[in-house]
Amino acid sequence: MHLTREEEKIYNGEFGESLETCMNLLVSLGDIYGAEKLVDIYSAQVSGVSYKTIGEKGLEFLKDLADNNIKISVPTTLNPAGMDLNRYKELNFPKDFAKKQIEIIDCFKKMEIEISCTCTPYLTGNVPIFGSHVAWAESSAVSYVNSVIGARTNREGGPSALAAAIIGKTPCYGYHLTENRVPTHIFEVDIELEDSISFYGILGRITGKIVKNKIPYFKFKNCDSIKTDYLKALGAALAASGGVALYHVENITPEAKLGILIEDVEKITIEKKDFEKEYDYFKTSEKPDLVCIGCPHCSLDEIKEVSEFIKKENKKFKIDVWVCTSIHMKAISDRMGYTKIIEDAGGKLVIDTCMVVAPIEDMGYKNVATNSGKAATYLPGFCNSNVIYGTTYEILKKATE
Amino acid sequence: MKELKGRIISKGIVEGEAIISKSPVSFLGGINEEGIVTDKENELFGKSIVGKIFVFPTGKGSTVGSYVIYALSKQGILKGMINSESEPIVATGAILGKIPLVDKVNIDEIKDGDIVVVDGNTGTVKIKQSN
Repeated sequence: MHLTREEEKIYNGEFGESLETCMNLLVSLGDIYGAEKLVDIYSAQVSGVSYKTIGEKGLEFLKDLADNNIKISVPTTLNPAGMDLNRYKELNFPKDFAKKQIEIIDCFKKMEIEISCTCTPYLTGNVPIFGSHVAWAESSAVSYVNSVIGARTNREGGPSALAAAIIGKTPCYGYHLTENRVPTHIFEVDIELEDSISFYGILGRITGKIVKNKIPYFKFKNCDSIKTDYLKALGAALAASGGVALYHVENITPEAKLGILIEDVEKITIEKKDFEKEYDYFKTSEKPDLVCIGCPHCSLDEIKEVSEFIKKENKKFKIDVWVCTSIHMKAISDRMGYTKIIEDAGGKLVIDTCMVVAPIEDMGYKNVATNSGKAATYLPGFCNSNVIYGTTYEILKKATE
Repeated sequence: MKELKGRIISKGIVEGEAIISKSPVSFLGGINEEGIVTDKENELFGKSIVGKIFVFPTGKGSTVGSYVIYALSKQGILKGMINSESEPIVATGAILGKIPLVDKVNIDEIKDGDIVVVDGNTGTVKIKQSN
């Protein structure tokens, strides 16, 4: 890989050991994947934040970096943590876990990373320019920023995104190159689009399993009802069930709109029976003990939907209901009065975390209802949960019964 | 003395006794804090990699594996690694932990117990003493 003189100096340790390690990591990954050079990045999103995922060993690494006074050099946001950083006591997060989680957060704060703790940084101000290079971890955010915003990132891991944030560059390979952004599969979706998050989660699960880590191109019959919340849900499920980093939607996503080269591509039709089969997978007679909304984190619109449900049904929740979102969205929700409505009905607006990275199995939850294709994919293996799947309305309704 | 030419993944030079796994290694759940192989499906199950040069084709499993390698290195358990093809999890762990790592080497040339030198600065592996 070609390095500039400045990059060479960092690589050789002239600016200290920590920067040398970061540069060494970027250069080696570049070499493994055949990058010719490093490119400047516009922003970074760092994952590996929950104590549940990185453990003692990850914490040790972050401490070493933070104690060496290392700081980031581009705008950098942070993935969800393992708990609500404001209300962890009230929500009964285990004490030892909370202590470790706070230590991790302090390391990131020292490095001057925005303690946003959200998987939807694109809703809270980390919005790159179309075509710009970024280094993002968090598979659902990678999928969104590549596909809906049209910035360019590979699926970074925690350490490589952090190294890129510190150096301000990333190796230029994979999805950073135009020739690697063309579709590999066309999906003709031969079913009326439903006006619900859960519909897109199911679509993402069906197609993600087929394309694995390749690039799907969707053709919908009628795109009028599509909103960004639905693309967020689709991309998250695609990334969880496959390893999709980029997808296109005809007439909707920017690169598809600009015109994209499609040749020799496998065409697959998705029909009603494919959806039925996928829904069957979640058929269960179990009753939920937790209802979780907000995977990826809720937009203000999704929070509003919960508050509207309560107003309309005029009922209280009989089981725990978590509406997971960012501290940013919660601030607006507080102001709009949605938070009060949800909490008066017995629900909780949980920030900084979600049902996948929080230690919910240690908190006694077994049967979790969700409207998210991503959460439905991870909950069984990661949290030992039984999944109850449905639309936002259906699962909230279950919480009132 | 045989010299195998490979590729630089993580810098540094180290000499030690080789221990070989013919199957891919997952560090998260596959090797414990004392450096004992805990993956029942691996032929090294129950053996220790402490102070040895760990030779295996490639990595697999969770990305948290990088942090496990980092910790093993900090405790002085893992000295160096040789791979057929390093994937990002193992490469990241070696670089963070500053353990010499060379890949694109024909690992069939190395035998259990061989004394090898991993030269991460030039991307070569020397077999000093064949077992």
